Amino acid sequence: MSEKTTYTGFWQESPRTGILGWLLTTDHKRIGILYLGCIITMFIVAAILGLAIRLELIAPGRTIMDAQTYNATFTVHGIIMIFMFLIPSIPAAFGNLLLPIHIGARDVSFPKLNLLSWYCYIVGGVLAVTSIFSGGGAPDTGWTFYVPFSTQTNTNVSLAAFAAFMLGFSSILTGINFVTTVHRLRCKGMKWGRLPLFVWTLYATAWIQVLATPMIGITLVLIILERTFGAGLFDVARGGDPILYQHLFWIYSHPAVYIMILPGMGVISEIIPTFSRKPLFGYWAMALSSLAIAFAGSLVWAHHMYASGMSDLAILIFSFLTFIVAIPSAIKVFNWVSTLYKGSIELAPPMLFALAFIFNFAIGGLGGLALGAAASDIHLHDTTFVVGHFHYVMFGGGGFALFAAMHYWLPKFTGRMYNHKMAVIGWALLFVGFNVTYMAMQAVGIMGMPRRYYDYIPEFTTLNLVSTIGSWVMAVGLIIMFANLWHGLRKGRPVGKNPWGGATLEWDIPSPPPMENFGEEDPVVTKGPYEFKGVVADEY
Amino acid sequence: MSIEHRDDTGARFGMWLFLYTEVILFSGLFILYAMALSKFPQQFAEASHKLNIYFGSINTIVLLTSSLTIALAVTAIQRGRIRQTLILCGVTVALALLFLVNKYFEWSEEIGHGIYPGSEHLAEMGPGVTNFFNLYYFTAGLHGLHVFIGATLISIVAVLTAKGKVTSDRYTLLENSALYWHLVDLVWIFLFPLYYLIL
Amino acid sequence: MSEHTHEPVPYRTFILIWVALLILTGITIAVSRVHLGALNIWIALGVASIKSSLVIFVFMHLRQESKLFKIGLLVMLSILAIFIGFTFFDVLYR
Repeated sequence: MSEKTTYTGFWQESPRTGILGWLLTTDHKRIGILYLGCIITMFIVAAILGLAIRLELIAPGRTIMDAQTYNATFTVHGIIMIFMFLIPSIPAAFGNLLLPIHIGARDVSFPKLNLLSWYCYIVGGVLAVTSIFSGGGAPDTGWTFYVPFSTQTNTNVSLAAFAAFMLGFSSILTGINFVTTVHRLRCKGMKWGRLPLFVWTLYATAWIQVLATPMIGITLVLIILERTFGAGLFDVARGGDPILYQHLFWIYSHPAVYIMILPGMGVISEIIPTFSRKPLFGYWAMALSSLAIAFAGSLVWAHHMYASGMSDLAILIFSFLTFIVAIPSAIKVFNWVSTLYKGSIELAPPMLFALAFIFNFAIGGLGGLALGAAASDIHLHDTTFVVGHFHYVMFGGGGFALFAAMHYWLPKFTGRMYNHKMAVIGWALLFVGFNVTYMAMQAVGIMGMPRRYYDYIPEFTTLNLVSTIGSWVMAVGLIIMFANLWHGLRKGRPVGKNPWGGATLEWDIPSPPPMENFGEEDPVVTKGPYEFKGVVADEY
Repeated sequence: MSIEHRDDTGARFGMWLFLYTEVILFSGLFILYAMALSKFPQQFAEASHKLNIYFGSINTIVLLTSSLTIALAVTAIQRGRIRQTLILCGVTVALALLFLVNKYFEWSEEIGHGIYPGSEHLAEMGPGVTNFFNLYYFTAGLHGLHVFIGATLISIVAVLTAKGKVTSDRYTLLENSALYWHLVDLVWIFLFPLYYLIL
Repeated sequence: MSEHTHEPVPYRTFILIWVALLILTGITIAVSRVHLGALNIWIALGVASIKSSLVIFVFMHLRQESKLFKIGLLVMLSILAIFIGFTFFDVLYR
């Protein structure tokens, strides 16, 4: 590496040098970078599996794989995307990178626990990958591990479930760390009303991680025990109840979707004001709606189970409660749009991703209402409409928010800028490909195509073909985006400390930030996070 | 690290958050219990009678007492009485072991009667009874695991106290282990009446 | 660093609480031998709640902690009540 391409800041300074300086680091920025690397790797693996699923479905009948391989492929795609990509994506990677800086701290409350959480993630990841290639073959239950199939299939469900347990533990440790950090380590002058929205959403997310994740832990342990002892805890003949498994599973897994989307909303709430040069509209409404989403998200889990055979009263109640979640989500969308109104909008790459997020999230959110209403759900349940819906929210929302965060903050952490023109091309392909893929999927779902099926009737061929073509457009977009980021962040033009003209604390310190973020003196905050008066963007 | 930052309140708060996760972990099993109880009230009472109430009661007294000794240990370390702290930690660990030994005899007796998850004999007693014992074994097993972990933690802290790493000035480690131990006690406070005392 | 440490709780307080816990255990065992139907389970849970409050507030020093700890506990218990309570909407009315 030439002199020009060496990074400084936390990339250089470390009590240990070389690889150990990374593997044994307790610095939140280094742990964030470790997480980011793993998460992107996992995303690429799972995205390839996703492309394989779409390729198999390009035409009726067998195309590239047999039915058992297909079952394993969508299961592993789901497990990796949910547990190893979406749940840790923004909180563990960008949360670690930014949370302490945003509140003016030098690190998180428990730096060693933070490193332990990364190791739990690695152990979980290794076990999950091992489960694909060992034992009775890759799990084929779908990522939901529904009983009775999951207790009976001969594939490697136990190992995969244990892997998910470890990943849950990693998530819990991150949650404990973030809640404590936000309460204990805010710098002087950092009142609750001056916290950036990203911190608010991470805080709400961390509470969900603490209070909901253990439920999936015990559920997965029970699956493993069932497979080991055959006790019959979910077997009707032996006094068990399979529907209770679904309750336990969704008590965690519904709040988990807010673990995936809330931090993404935080990212968007940072980006929109910066590129509109306007304070965020309705700060407290935004902050409190994050907490409201976290709370309301724990009331609605059984809306995944309308077709399971649970009681009609429960369907009625959970359907009603589901609509409540729409209120704080809508508050957020309205406030983003109101922030844009009469702003001085600059369509830089992070802003384009943020706008795409709002577009996709709105579609996904409205689709969610169609599914939350019990009557329409009976028709749509377990069709590809559901698959399209959650990809709109999770990928079009959570995934795009991660890409937005990468374009917004990575120049801060590498001190270098990527090529904007290429970033826009990548974004455009991704956005178009995304909508073609999943809109077609939703349409064919309304026509009645069931999800997770290997084969379909000829009437569905056209839309499936369109969806597969869209997936390849998206793949090209992803390749361009990642290549451009990789190249730009290593070799691009150096940037100053504030390339975008942001007003939060991270833009006050050098790029890349030094080891303890702030020099000798602890920072003192005297203004809110979105007061742009006097903030000037650096030329680059 | 050059960050010389100490936040005992933060550390305690982190521990409390961790205890919340433990409560939710156990609550999964208690949810299953509650639903099954509402479905099979008669069979649950019948199955509960098969459990040995003496083992259960003695273990309750053992755990409550161990909770007392570890609470006293915290006061002792705050007052700088290292020897007392060590004795109290030792008593706590001894009581934890007594609990586990008791549990071992109790389970041996039940397994001797052919009552264990997945057994033929259990299946013959009907779905309600089977479910009761499945839940009983899994809940008590998970609790026993926590007893073991807690005892290990307290032993480690006792060694650190003897070495002078935990002092009257810096005792968060002991405090947090004590918190963990009280949680083990709390779970038992609910587990005991729900499994041993249903009529 | 006064914020970080508590006043030591006297031995006497802890021992009194322990005695109370033992008495409550006796009560819960005694009551369980009397047939009261569904009331039995509610009494058992009530006594267990009293016992656990004693442990939480005194043994675990929650009495001396700041409001944050107490609100946290309350949030956790409400979420727990929701998880258990809402599942009954299904099971009781199937």
